[in-house]
Amino acid sequence: MDERPRESGTSRRVSRRAFTKGLALGLGAAAIPAGATAAVDWDIFRQKHFREMTEEEIKRTIERLERQASRRWNRDVRISTAKAIPGVVFGAAVDASRCIGCRRCVYACVEENNQSRNPQVHWITVLRFRKGEKWADLHNAEKYYEPSRVPEEGYFYLPVQCQLCENSPCVKVCPARATWKEPDGIVVVDYNWCIGCRYCMAACPYGARRFNWGEPSVPAEEVNPNTHYLGNRPRPRGVVEKCTLCIQRVRAGRYPACVEACPVGARKFGNLLDPRSEIRYLIEHKRVFRLKEDLNTSPKFFYFFST
Amino acid sequence: MKGVLATAVTAGALLVGLAAGQGQTEGVATESATDLPTLLIPHALSSQSFPCSKCHRHLTPNREKRTLELAHTTISLRHAETQRWCLDCHEGDKLRLPNGELIDYDRSFVLCGQCHGTIFRDWKVGIHGKRTGAWNGERYFRLCVSCHDAHQPRYKPIEPKPAPVSPAHIK
Repeated sequence: MDERPRESGTSRRVSRRAFTKGLALGLGAAAIPAGATAAVDWDIFRQKHFREMTEEEIKRTIERLERQASRRWNRDVRISTAKAIPGVVFGAAVDASRCIGCRRCVYACVEENNQSRNPQVHWITVLRFRKGEKWADLHNAEKYYEPSRVPEEGYFYLPVQCQLCENSPCVKVCPARATWKEPDGIVVVDYNWCIGCRYCMAACPYGARRFNWGEPSVPAEEVNPNTHYLGNRPRPRGVVEKCTLCIQRVRAGRYPACVEACPVGARKFGNLLDPRSEIRYLIEHKRVFRLKEDLNTSPKFFYFFST
Repeated sequence: MKGVLATAVTAGALLVGLAAGQGQTEGVATESATDLPTLLIPHALSSQSFPCSKCHRHLTPNREKRTLELAHTTISLRHAETQRWCLDCHEGDKLRLPNGELIDYDRSFVLCGQCHGTIFRDWKVGIHGKRTGAWNGERYFRLCVSCHDAHQPRYKPIEPKPAPVSPAHIK
């Protein structure tokens, strides 16, 4: 007596699920114009979370994404999945006494990381503060300053980007686990997993995350074809992106683009676990501070005074 | 060593630069070799770049401070100018340290470091000045004079890149 209702219940559930699936597929197929069907890669719907994929699955996924990216940008785009180097935790720093606010880093970052030109996406914001004022007031700092020459008399500048929090609020709030902290300290976003809810943007105390409100556009001749899955590969509309410390460069041993672009050498970068690195030297020998330390996010992005 | 350096400068290649960099650290006399990082200096200047003696061997030195009108008219000294004049730092085709020792132009940082000791120390460990290359390997250092004009060392203001588009104007 007990068996039958349960059996019938199960079969009813299965049939309902099968019906729903069939309906969804039918609708999906109906939404696609007949001519474009061949161009649709159904694998995108079967892609697993990046950290749950096997090596074989990652390889297949990357092949598919490289194919799509190369088609979209009309270039031979390579997508790396280089893993974190063991024994490395990245730290970055800006010399607050040297930065002249010229925004060279902002545009070097845009070019390196294939940020959308229109609508404009910048991962770095340079803030201008009047000297001698209540200068920690980050939210009222000027970021649209446009003098003919910088530095201006009576002002100082702080570039703000991802602060590499050890205790990242953005990671905690993500309902899809589409953003996480890598073993080398870089907070990354999987654009194929991001649902675009922007909780992370609300959670970030530094305003370091950016949303693709429109379809990102990068002119073909300006595309950087050396990309990383967790970094500067093509993004769709409706996902969040952020500074990854140029993950495609730093995991290959190079300095981030902003560090190399700085004309005054105010940006520093290195391995926090290496006692002989530049970043360790400046933390140990210079006056350093971090933004909003009271929030206990424990950023690995330092500001220091070299003088 | 100078020959290797000259090749490096003309070739401008990273790998050749590496060999030259090692040659440079070996040649450091006033600083112990362990004090200095491996220097990979793009476009390093040597004494050949400044053949002062070509003209100056025919001239008697004039130590008087004055506006230069016949030659070097582009040089206007804004670098503790009340305390020094040409021959305090220049002698023949070389640079002159305060103790009278002569050094080549490719090691001009030694001369700068004689006064700017704390900055010289920061530069050696990679805090002052720009580094490019590899964060865990060979990196390019700039000489002091790559960014600072030795005669007017204050960094000149530059034009900033455009401000970001405000959200109200993003379509």
